[in-house]
Amino acid sequence: MTKLMLLGDEAIAQAAIDAGISGIYAYPGTPSTEITEFIMNSKEAKEGMIHAKWSVNEKTAMESALGMSYAGKRAMVCMKHVGLNVAADAFVNSAITGANGGIIVVSADDPSMHSSQNEQDSRFYGKFALIPILEPSNQQEAYDMVLYGFELSEKLKTPVLLRVTTRLAHSRAGVLRMPGRDQNTLKLPDNLKQFILLPAIARKQYKTLVAKQEDYTAMSESGGFNRLIEGTDKTMGIITTGIAYNYLMENFPDRKVSFPILKIGQYPLPRKLVEKLYSECSSLLVLEEGYPLVEEMLRGYLNHGKAIHGRLDGTVPFDGELNPNIVAVALGLKDTRGRDVPSVVVGRPPSLCKGCPHISSYNALNEALETWSKGRVFSDIGCYTLGALPPFNAINSCVDMGASITMAKGAADAGLNPSVAVIGDSTFTHSGMTGLIDCVNDNSAVTVMILDNSTTAMTGGQDSAGYGKIEEICKGVGVDPDHIVVLNPLPKYHAENIAAIKRELGYQGVSVIIPRRECIQTASRKLKAAKKEAVE
Amino acid sequence: MKRDIILAGVGGQGILSIATAIGMAALDSGLNLKQAEVHGMSQRGGDVSSNLRIADYEIASDLIPCGQADLIISVEPMESLRYLPMLSEDGWLITNTQPFININNYPPMESVMAEIELLKKHIALDAETIAKDLGAARSANMVILGAATPFLAISPDKMRSAIRNIFKRKGDDIVKLNLDAFEAGYRFATDRQN
Repeated sequence: MTKLMLLGDEAIAQAAIDAGISGIYAYPGTPSTEITEFIMNSKEAKEGMIHAKWSVNEKTAMESALGMSYAGKRAMVCMKHVGLNVAADAFVNSAITGANGGIIVVSADDPSMHSSQNEQDSRFYGKFALIPILEPSNQQEAYDMVLYGFELSEKLKTPVLLRVTTRLAHSRAGVLRMPGRDQNTLKLPDNLKQFILLPAIARKQYKTLVAKQEDYTAMSESGGFNRLIEGTDKTMGIITTGIAYNYLMENFPDRKVSFPILKIGQYPLPRKLVEKLYSECSSLLVLEEGYPLVEEMLRGYLNHGKAIHGRLDGTVPFDGELNPNIVAVALGLKDTRGRDVPSVVVGRPPSLCKGCPHISSYNALNEALETWSKGRVFSDIGCYTLGALPPFNAINSCVDMGASITMAKGAADAGLNPSVAVIGDSTFTHSGMTGLIDCVNDNSAVTVMILDNSTTAMTGGQDSAGYGKIEEICKGVGVDPDHIVVLNPLPKYHAENIAAIKRELGYQGVSVIIPRRECIQTASRKLKAAKKEAVE
Repeated sequence: MKRDIILAGVGGQGILSIATAIGMAALDSGLNLKQAEVHGMSQRGGDVSSNLRIADYEIASDLIPCGQADLIISVEPMESLRYLPMLSEDGWLITNTQPFININNYPPMESVMAEIELLKKHIALDAETIAKDLGAARSANMVILGAATPFLAISPDKMRSAIRNIFKRKGDDIVKLNLDAFEAGYRFATDRQN
């Protein structure tokens, strides 16, 4: 069989299809988006009638997947690391309900924050929820772990967390496929109270979950994704997690390392293997992509045992993604570096596309706010966050999905007037509209601009859940229809757009301004497709 | 044998089309491959790079170690310089000379070219003009690919068949334009070397 050249994300998606999932649920988020897109575009998935549509946010995705598991079928749910914060309520409780049909939660972390606002490590969530975690070191393992993960999930009746990072998600390598498996048939849980977390039942279920930890650890010892590789030089033992193993091996061109290595790919940690390595070696070096989770566990608070090196003692920097050079330095090997970057090279930050509707929206907003002091615009997560950069310098916050509206409300409550929120259409349905109800119920003096480009643009133009119904949603939650204003963000309407924004800034209640024009990227893609169709 | 390649450019310039062609030709030659791509925020007109590794043995890391790249292939001159710390002492720099100016503090072209000229092993060519003269204005990236091919340890024939494969859906004319662009770049680099 020939190998397929797949991104880590695509390997996960192909494996999910081959493992017989009946549904994938997700909200787009770099670096996880391509998993769901691959399944949406897969012929096999269409033939298998695999449910593949974007969810409104990660929480609804997680819950839908849990419902599919309840019905006995296999489901995958995907998100970026910060999406797991949104899904956390459902995620943590799903550990207590347990699974019926297999369920894998994929969380794609982004160390070094290539496209994110933090670099939180999802393994902590898995450990916190007390469920098994799988962490691949390469694309083939990502594929294999999905197949294994669904078996594990059904065998132990638990959701399984698959944790990847940007570098694996967005890197391509050869992957060998296994024969596929049919989807499960509809089969409700044997115990129809399994998913009712009333305190009396939850207490029982939680005890079961705690008791199952030994089984989970036993699977980690025997699962095959944790491997102790013998070495002759016992002065140091090395523990690697996930892709850190690759950076270690990169430093040994013949791939022969004299130190014993414990390669971790499955959690809870395999206690026996860890103990064996610890007892054999006089010190340990822990190389993990992400926070020092394993290192902290091994050291304990006081670290009275042997010397353990890693991110906590500065052998490896505390923050940021690993790479071969950082690992070389940690091993005491020679660091390499070419010439310095010449001083003529200047920064080239990302920017809004030429013709982007947000440009007109920000130009109008900036002018409308000219008469007031600066610092009144709360924004959100999306392309329009680039409004923070010159030439716009138009926004003052970007924290988490939906925070623009509620932060504007809090500031208005504190007396900031006018107080403005700027949010995209997809972010609005993700987590903004609940906050809008808070504003309405309090009659807060906020001006909410919903930049409606009719897509989820930043992640590549996925469907937006509120498409065609933004005004209806605003009216439905109680915004006065006289203060729901739709604008066309084009330079030729600049003057009237400024006037409309100014009018609403003066209104002492909730107003919603909707500058609406399709994203220039999706619009030109559609135009191309239409032309192509016309030719054919 | 290994070739560690940094592909550089600006988001939207399509550096991944070069990666796809090299990847296809590498697989066709029985080589191993890893390719770390850039997705997401940085694609919006910002600087982008991709790590492409090919070898006749199993590749460990998705990332190329700093200072050990054999080749920088850039579709934009200033961007080619951004990755010099990645390039090994005897590595080659292959770059387009047409600037992509979407920032208002772009340095004077003379100073960018002067930095490129400082490198003994470099090929700098105006891929846009070469492509346009061939009537293949949209194939500048294939000119760059052609100019990089003598340094890739992959036969040019494998590269030609990769190009045919990639563009065959678009018809024979498009295949020919891209092959012409490739040949022009290839000739430019081999003439320079001799």
